[in-house]
Amino acid sequence: MPKLTMVQAINLALHEEMTRDERVLVMGEDVGVDGGVFRVTDGIHETFGADRALDTPLAESGILGTAIGMAIAGLRPVAEMQFSGFSYLMMGQWEGNATRMRSRTQGQHTCPLVVRMPYGGGVRALEHHSESREAMYATCPGGKVVIPSSPRNARALMTAAIRDEDPVVFMEPKHSYRSFREEVPEASEVMEIGKAEVVREGNDLTIVGWGAMMRPLLKAADEVAKDGVSLEIIDLLTISPLDSDTVCESVKKTGRCVIVQEAPRSFGVASELIARINDDALMYLEAPVKRLTGYDVVTPYFGREKSYIPPVSRIVGGLRETLAF
Amino acid sequence: MPRKTLAQFSIEYLQVLDEDGTIDSDLEPDLPQESLLSLYRGMVRARELDQRMLKLQRQGRLGTFGPCTGQEAPSCAAALAMEDDDWFVGAFRELGGRLMRGEPLTNTLHFHNGWEEGNLLPAEVGRRMLPFAIVVASQCLHAAGLGFAAKQAGKDEAVVCFMGDGATSEGDFHEGLNFAGVWKAPVVFVSQNNQWAISIPRENQTASETIAQKGVAYGMPCIQVDGNDALACFVAVKQALDRARRGEGPTFIEAVTYRLMMHTTADDPRKYRDEAEEQLWWGREPLIRFQKYLADKGLWDDAKEEALREELRAEVDDAVKDFESTKPWAADVPFEHVHGEKHPTIERQHQEFLRNLKEEADA
Repeated sequence: MPKLTMVQAINLALHEEMTRDERVLVMGEDVGVDGGVFRVTDGIHETFGADRALDTPLAESGILGTAIGMAIAGLRPVAEMQFSGFSYLMMGQWEGNATRMRSRTQGQHTCPLVVRMPYGGGVRALEHHSESREAMYATCPGGKVVIPSSPRNARALMTAAIRDEDPVVFMEPKHSYRSFREEVPEASEVMEIGKAEVVREGNDLTIVGWGAMMRPLLKAADEVAKDGVSLEIIDLLTISPLDSDTVCESVKKTGRCVIVQEAPRSFGVASELIARINDDALMYLEAPVKRLTGYDVVTPYFGREKSYIPPVSRIVGGLRETLAF
Repeated sequence: MPRKTLAQFSIEYLQVLDEDGTIDSDLEPDLPQESLLSLYRGMVRARELDQRMLKLQRQGRLGTFGPCTGQEAPSCAAALAMEDDDWFVGAFRELGGRLMRGEPLTNTLHFHNGWEEGNLLPAEVGRRMLPFAIVVASQCLHAAGLGFAAKQAGKDEAVVCFMGDGATSEGDFHEGLNFAGVWKAPVVFVSQNNQWAISIPRENQTASETIAQKGVAYGMPCIQVDGNDALACFVAVKQALDRARRGEGPTFIEAVTYRLMMHTTADDPRKYRDEAEEQLWWGREPLIRFQKYLADKGLWDDAKEEALREELRAEVDDAVKDFESTKPWAADVPFEHVHGEKHPTIERQHQEFLRNLKEEADA
C-alpha cells in the first residue's frame, strides 16, 4: 500500500466499511457528487450511488437529527459537519437525543452513528473554521469523541467508529489532512476506541497530546531528547471515554507530565487529565503537571494564530522547565 | 416585463363531525363499527388515565406531567389509521395514541414519577415507537430520518410525527419538514395546535395565518383539521399515510385543538388566560361529540357509557396499584445503558456509587 494522506486514509476506511456493510452511508453538505469540501468522501458517490452518498440540505442539526432516525431504523450513517465551527447547531441533538437514546429506551433503540468534523487551526481559514472544541462534545455522557493524529490511526479509528454501537464524534485535525503521508497497511485495521497509545516509551517525563498537536509535540520531544533525557509520549486518540489509566500508569513511572492542547486552557481535556492524575498518581509526582494550551480568548484569525496554538518552541520550553523542576 | 405570480397556495379546512355531533355524511369515513368503538374507547381511556394522574400528582403520588385532556382525538385517530410497522414519533401530549399503540399504563405512571422503569416498553410496543420528545421539535428530524431509512429499504412503512404549535417556531421543525420534503420521505407530520405554548398564545407564537401553511414551503400538501373531531383527524392522517405509501412524500396536518388543562402540573393558567376561554373549548371537546355520533348510529347509550367508564376506571385502578406496589429497580440503573459496552472509567464510578450507597445506608 502506498503512503497515504489522512484524507486518503479516512476515504479508504469509508470505502472499505461501505463495501463490507451495506447499512453504512455517508451524508452531509456536499459529500456526494462534490466528494466533500476536503475530498474526504471523494469517489463514494460514484461507487455507491446517491442514496449512500447523501447530499443533504444545509442544516447541521438536521444532519445529526435525521442521522439519529436512520440509525434507530438500522442504518449506520456517517454524517459530516463541514467544519466543526458550524457543528454547535447539532449540540441539542447530540446531548438531547444521540447520546441518550440508549438509556431513554433501556437499550431498545440505539444510535450507532459517526459525526465527522474537521477541526483546528493552522490552515489559514476564515473565522469560525479553526476552533478546537472537543471538550464540548466530551461533556455529554453516552457519546464518544475520537481524534486521530495520523493517516494510519485515522483509518483504523474510523473503521472502529463505524462499527461502534454508540454515537461517535470523530474530529479530524485538518492541519494534518495533507501535511504528511504515512504507510497504511493493505488489510483493514481496527483500533480500540477508549484506548490511548504509548507512541514512544521513556522514563523521565510523560508527554500527552492528541490530534494536530502530536506533530509539534514529537518535534519538540526530539529536540529535548538531545539533552539526554528519556521521554514517554502518549497519543490519547479517544477523548471520551478518556483512557486516563494509560496516562496515570505512565506518570507513576516518570513522575513528570506535560499535556499539550490546542484548545483554550480552561475547562478542557488537559484540565480533566490533571484532575485524574491528581486522583490516581499524585504521590508519584516530582513536578507539577504542566499544560501547554491555547488561551482563553476567541480563536484568533489566521493572521496571528501561530503563537496561540502551542508552537514547537513553547513545547520545548515547557518540557525543559518540567524536567528541571 | 410585467410582474407575475409564481406561487400561490390555499389551505383547506376539514371538519367531519362538528362540535354538536352533527356528521357531514359526504365526508364521513367508511369505518367498521369496531374501529369506531375502538377509537372512542382509546380517547376515553386516555382521559381516564389523564384525570387520575392529575389527582395522583395533587396528592403527591406522581411527579410533574403534561395533561392531554381535550387533545385525545389527533393521536388516537392516527393510531387507528396506522399499520403495525409504522413508526409513532410523539411529543408529550399523545397519551391516547401511545396507549392505543400498546404502551402499558404503568409505563406512563413510572416515567412521570421519575423512574426509568417507564422507559422499558414491551419489545413489540417499543419496536416502532420512539420515547416521547421533551426537547421541543427535535423529533421532527428523527421522523425524517426514519422515513428516509424506510424508503431506502423499500419498506412499506410510514412515520407519524407529532409536535405542538410552539414546536413550529423551532428550527428542528423546519429542518425536519425540509429534509422530509427533499427526500420525499414517507412521513405524516401532525401539529397539535392547542393554542397555547405554556403562556404564549397562538397569535404571539407566529404571524402565520395558519400553522398548516408552514409546510407549504417544504413542498408538501398541508391541511388544517378540527383537531377535536376524531373523524377529521382520521381522514387526514389516513389520506396522508396512503400518499406516503405511494411514494409521494410527506404531508403536514394542523390539528386545531385546545389545551383544556395546565401546560404541566407545575403551571397555573390563571396567570395568563381567562377561564371563559377554557369554558368555550370545553363545549368543543372531542369525547362528547363522538359519543353523540355513536349514539346516533345506534352504537352507544348511557348504559354502555357507564360500563365503559367503570371498566376503564378499574383498569386505571389496577395500573396504579401495580405502579405503587412495584419494587423499583436498583439505584444504580443509570450506570447501565450508558454505552454498548461499559468503559473501565464508568465501571469504576459505578463501583464507587455502590460503595457510597452502602455507606449512606449504614450511616
